[in-house]
Formats: sequence, structure tokens, C-alpha cells
Amino acid sequence: MPLPRFEYLAADSLDGALAAWFERPGAAYFAGGTDLLPQMRSGRRLPHRLIDVKRIPGLASIRDLDDGGVAIGAAVPLADIEAHQSVTSRFPLLAECCATVGAPPLRNRATMAGNLCNASPAADTAVALLALDAIVIAFGPAGARSIPIATFFVAPGKTALTPGELVTEVVVPGTAMGARGSYLRLSRRRGMDLATVGVLVARSGNGGPMRYRVALAAVAPTPLRVAEAEALLDREGDGAANEAAAIARAACSPITDVRGSAEYRREMVGVLTRHGIAALV
Amino acid sequence: MRTLITVRVNGLSETQEVESNRTLLEFLRDDLNLTGTKEGCNEGECGACMVLVNGRAVNACLVLAVEADGAAVTTIEGLADGAHLHPLQRAFLAHSAVQCGFCTPGMIITAVGLLKENPRPTEADVRQALSGSLCRCTGYRQIIDAVLEAADAIRAEAAVQEVAR
Repeated sequence: MPLPRFEYLAADSLDGALAAWFERPGAAYFAGGTDLLPQMRSGRRLPHRLIDVKRIPGLASIRDLDDGGVAIGAAVPLADIEAHQSVTSRFPLLAECCATVGAPPLRNRATMAGNLCNASPAADTAVALLALDAIVIAFGPAGARSIPIATFFVAPGKTALTPGELVTEVVVPGTAMGARGSYLRLSRRRGMDLATVGVLVARSGNGGPMRYRVALAAVAPTPLRVAEAEALLDREGDGAANEAAAIARAACSPITDVRGSAEYRREMVGVLTRHGIAALV
Repeated sequence: MRTLITVRVNGLSETQEVESNRTLLEFLRDDLNLTGTKEGCNEGECGACMVLVNGRAVNACLVLAVEADGAAVTTIEGLADGAHLHPLQRAFLAHSAVQCGFCTPGMIITAVGLLKENPRPTEADVRQALSGSLCRCTGYRQIIDAVLEAADAIRAEAAVQEVAR
């Protein structure tokens, strides 16, 4: 069965992309299309115009920032992010989370900005970006603005973007350099499947006080951080693993679906949080 | 809305008008009659429709034909040089890595993409690369063995050519 009909436009500038959107509000920005096209095929989304953003200058590259951070263009495929020298050396957690999405050929197309804009509760790149205090840069009629990742997700499928706004890049600040940890993820099939539960535990030293991060995927309406567990670990260190795990369990609000029951997910949040803390080096 | 596109498919330039909702998979199979690329799930889950776009493996069901304008596409039909099969095709035959054959073009194309990026893959690398490709017959063992052997064969061939030069 063919895809529903739509009009296709390739924008060559941000202003052009915006103009194309406001000319036909309800259009969809289009990068990798790996979420959007299946959603259109099943009728969950039926935009009458797709605005391809991949040819907009600057959106397809990764820039090093003066503070040691990186700015990742919205049209960069995940495969390029996970292999980029600046990302693997400074933000290995982000590379690790990118590499859990789909399978390698899918990641040749899928973008991180798309993963965020799709706003799935199970978005794998979101947990890394939450832990790294990333900033989403969006461009709209009033110009560019920064949206802290912690306020970007509003509900399943819903973000803080206003109608017509477009993500141009995601900034990972240099202050997040040196964070180490792991993303522990359960799924039914090793490739392709969305996470049933995902728990990221990380710690940054950087010479200053230890800062812990605990971020969860697929166990609440949005990916989320567990600030209370982080604060406890900051105060008491790895020894508070069991209490931190209990806080994470209580902080999530999973549902039962084809991938697992709410009870199983909640239980696994506790287990994986403990495992994640034990794996810190 | 129809757009004129020019795509280099297996080395030949193809110019056609396509509707914007035409996928690259439909363009290859229905417009160019290149039916070696298979349609399985049509939502990026099964890997049967894998082709190389500018050298990288992608699910052709998730690419619009209009996006391929100006790109170089390689399908399973483009791998053999006349009667001389690609080393991956030979290895799949030698290992009986084919049963019903439906997943085979996608598996081989994905493996070509892997070996371009990583000529010396470990078994774990091969399993990871093929994790988006489903086979319901073989149990994967023969496929993985075939890819590993083809990697050796391609490196050996390259070494021979290096010496000959």
C-alpha cells in the first residue's frame, strides 16, 4: 500500500523552511523519516506537506564548541554521531545511547533531533541528553531560542516546541565532559525494538565534587531524571545504591503494554539502577 | 505532485518522474523492475529492502524516491560483475546461508555496507550490523559465517592486487 499523498519540499534555508511551514500549517519537518514515514503509513500522522531539512546549511554537521562541548546539527544521522571523535572521546554516554537506537542501517538515516521531536517515552538518546544537561536549539518566527532538555518533553509525542518551530541543533555543554556510566536497557529483541525499560546511571568527577545522574526511559510519560536519587548519591556515594534504587522505583510511573507489564518495569528500574551504580568506575 | 529525479542505480543513470509519496523501494521494484530488493514489513523492521545509498546501507522503504535525486544507489542486482559473483554472494552459496531467500538480498547488501566501513569485523560486529535484518529460516549461523569468510576473502583479494601492483 502506498504512503498517503503529500507535497514534498526541500528547504535550503531556515527561513525557507519556516515560510513553507506557515504557508501550510500542519506540515511536518522531515529529516531521517524513520518514525514519520511509518506513522504516516499507519495513519497516525497525515501531514499534507513534508519539508525536508537535510539540505539546510549547518544542519548536517557537528561543531566543536569553545567550552569543549559539541553542537550536533538536527539532520546528522545517529550513525555519524556515535562515530564522531568529539562525541566518543568527550561524551561516550551519548555515543552509547545513540548506538542503541534501531539497527545500524536505520541509524544511517535516523537523527537525534528526530528521536527527540518524536518524544517517545522510550527515546534512548533523551536519557543521555538529560544526564548531560543538553540544550535544544529551536528556530521559529521569533528567531532562535534555547530549550533545556529537562523541559523539552511534555507528554508522549508532545514537546515544548511551538507550532512551526524547528529544532536546528542540540548542544551538549563542555561542563558535561568526563561523565562516565552506562545505559542499561532491556528489550525483546536486540536490534530494532524500543526499550522496555532503560536506566542510565552516570557520575562526573572533573576534579570537583562527584555529581550523579540517574535517567529513565520507557517507564513514564516522558524520559525523566530522578533528582532525588541523584541528590542522595551526591551526598552519600555508591553506598546508598539500595536507597537510590528504591527512590527511582517510586519515581517512575510505567504502563503495561506489549513490551512488558507496569509491575515488571517498575521492578526492573530498581534492579537496573542498582546495577548501574555497581558498574560505575 | 510529480518530480523529475535522476538516480544512478547500479552504475546506470535513471531519470524518471515520481510522485512525492513514492518510496525508493517502490521506485526500484515497480518503476525500474529491480525486484531483487524485497518488500517485507514496509516499516523498517525487517531489513528485506536494504540498499546502499551513496555507499551506506539504508531501509529503502523508509526513503522517499525524491530524496534519492542525485544519489548513487546499489541494489543486489548491482553486486555481481557479469557472471562473476561478489565475494559475499559466493560465501552465502558456500555456507548455504540461503533457505527461502527472501531476506538474502537485504542481508548481503547490509553486509556489503558493513565491510566497506569495517573490513575486519568480529562476529559481534557482524551480529550488530545485521541486527535489523530478520531471517526466519537459517537461524543466522550460516549467514554470520558467510559474512566473516567473505571479509577474509575480500581482504585476501585486496592483498593480491596490492602485490600485483
